[in-house]
Amino acid sequence: MADIASPAVPPDPGRGEPVISLRNVSKNFGAVSALTDIELDVYPGEVVALVGDNGAGKSTLVKVLAGVHHPSSGTIRFNGQEVSLSSPSAALDLGIATVFQDLALCENLDVVANIYLGREANPWKLDEVAMEVRAWTLLNELSARIPSVREPVASLSGGQRQTVAIARSLLLEPKLIMLDEPTAALGVAQTAEVLNLIERVRERGLGVIVISHNMEDVRAVADRIVVLRLGRNNGVFTPDDSHNDLIAAITGAAENSVSRRAERRAARQEGHA
Amino acid sequence: MSSNPNSVAGRALDRADARLRQDEGLGGALRGFLDRVRSGDLGMIPVAVGLVLISVIFTGLNPVFLRPGNVSNLLYDCATTGIISLGIVCVLLLGEIDLSVGSMSGLASAILGVLWINHGWPVAWAIVVALGLGALVGALYATLYNRIGMPSFVATLAGLLALLGFQLYLLGSSGSINLPFSLPLVVFGQNAYMPNGLSFVLALLPGAALLWSGLRARARRQAAGLTGGAASVVVAKAAALTIGLVAVVLYLAQGRGVPWMFALFVGLVVAMDYAIRRTKWGRSMMAVGGNREAARRAGINVRRIYLSAFVLCSTLAALGGILSAARLGSASQQAGAGDVNLNAIAAAVIGGTSLFGGRGSAYSALLGIIVIQAISNGLTLLNLSSSLRYMILGGVLALAVIVDSLARRSRASHGRG
Repeated sequence: MADIASPAVPPDPGRGEPVISLRNVSKNFGAVSALTDIELDVYPGEVVALVGDNGAGKSTLVKVLAGVHHPSSGTIRFNGQEVSLSSPSAALDLGIATVFQDLALCENLDVVANIYLGREANPWKLDEVAMEVRAWTLLNELSARIPSVREPVASLSGGQRQTVAIARSLLLEPKLIMLDEPTAALGVAQTAEVLNLIERVRERGLGVIVISHNMEDVRAVADRIVVLRLGRNNGVFTPDDSHNDLIAAITGAAENSVSRRAERRAARQEGHA
Repeated sequence: MSSNPNSVAGRALDRADARLRQDEGLGGALRGFLDRVRSGDLGMIPVAVGLVLISVIFTGLNPVFLRPGNVSNLLYDCATTGIISLGIVCVLLLGEIDLSVGSMSGLASAILGVLWINHGWPVAWAIVVALGLGALVGALYATLYNRIGMPSFVATLAGLLALLGFQLYLLGSSGSINLPFSLPLVVFGQNAYMPNGLSFVLALLPGAALLWSGLRARARRQAAGLTGGAASVVVAKAAALTIGLVAVVLYLAQGRGVPWMFALFVGLVVAMDYAIRRTKWGRSMMAVGGNREAARRAGINVRRIYLSAFVLCSTLAALGGILSAARLGSASQQAGAGDVNLNAIAAAVIGGTSLFGGRGSAYSALLGIIVIQAISNGLTLLNLSSSLRYMILGGVLALAVIVDSLARRSRASHGRG
């Protein structure tokens, strides 16, 4: 098991400065501490998976980084500079793009309008042609299966909406992308596409934070797995660490039905061997 | 097209998906249109059908209804409340409401009368002060909404009473101020018609503009590797628009022609339509009306959008009040009272702007107010009392909302939001 005391240890010192670096970040909603003393580093070209049970504070952490919530205390450094993420547009301007779990698309607008929302070129005379071409280019890069970008988003399926949301996050060439449950609503092929996409984004030297409940996806794509439990750091793992350890860190107990079954299976396999 | 770097496997970018029906030419455009209508995207169709029905019924009952002189007069009456309704469209797009537009217009006419006639100010200054007060009131509503979270329904209801009180206070004991008929503003409000040659040329302009921009957009789309749509569709649309407008103008020319005030109203509608559809501001308005939180997360300054909509609405209401003072030749305690408020809101809704935000168009103010004025005008020609007029207008408004609700349900089941 990894070292809980210093979760911020860089996996590779040669990577230089972290894109984003959190120290002692806390967030209270009234009497409830959603986040307590969170520490997190993400380096360029690295995929960090945030895992944890429901209510562990993953989505709150993402919202803090996206400028939706303001932390109650703690410091956030972006590219070494201390920053205050006072609003979603401040986070966007810095280069932090977010794909929210609840997607945050405007259903009455078409795909192009949604991808460019808030970032339209030519504010006094929208250039629909240039926007549509760029939208198609982004969607084709993601191998998206969207028949028409001129239909309202309301007519798209959940997976198609996810693709639109991811395409939108890539529009601004961000330095850090956060994906909140990016594969939750997707089919098999599209899940694979999104994982491919995450790899491609990493290869471009961006930092990626992925929240997921799906441990298979996490292991397939993450370089480090950061576990949150009840709003606190609860260990940092690599994809090669054992499943049991990971589940134990997430649930807070090594003894549960998942670990028992895994032990039984391991014992059976030893018996066969 | 296969030589274009953007095209996929020899097909245009937006037609690369194999599941997509390849609509081409006039027939394809027609098929797409019918599909949209069937799925509940009715657009302006109910209003157009309603107008035809109204014309047929009232002309049957009293042939004067469709005479050029009466139509000119009808359009003249549309302008003032129509401009107020245009402001209502702005707040409705956000899913908000302004109930005080009637009082605001009455107050603006009172300010005009007091400053211009009683205090002898230059008319331009009086107008600027009235419009400025309108903007200020709108800014106040937006601040109450943005900072305190006061629902616009309540804030503007309070405004309705307060502004009405201020109007009565300003007019004082006399109760009304007459504007001399010789003044240019009053002439503009009562008897200013476009020269027929000019209105004929202006009727040709929209079609020409549509043709030019349509063909240019088509060329640009094809150059970028997208389908351009058939040139025949563009030409057909432009021709239909031109024929329709020229027919209306030639018909009105047999009477007194097109009122300048109506031309001003149409100009404002066209400008507003451009602002809503083709600018970043308009896109942001639609986004905030559709999904406020999504718009905020996209980095749109939601508060500023609310501010702009409320300011625009109150300012247009003040402008409507000034013009109605010119139309009536007086600023009275009755100005802006009664049905102005309700007509302005009803016009926007009858024209097809949703009360729930995110769906609508500037043209709904134009078409909706023509429907309402046509009904009032027709009933007046039949010498029916206002009691009956209100009942019939109430029925029409209910019908419009029923059509909208049914269409919304159909849109939902066809996945068009």
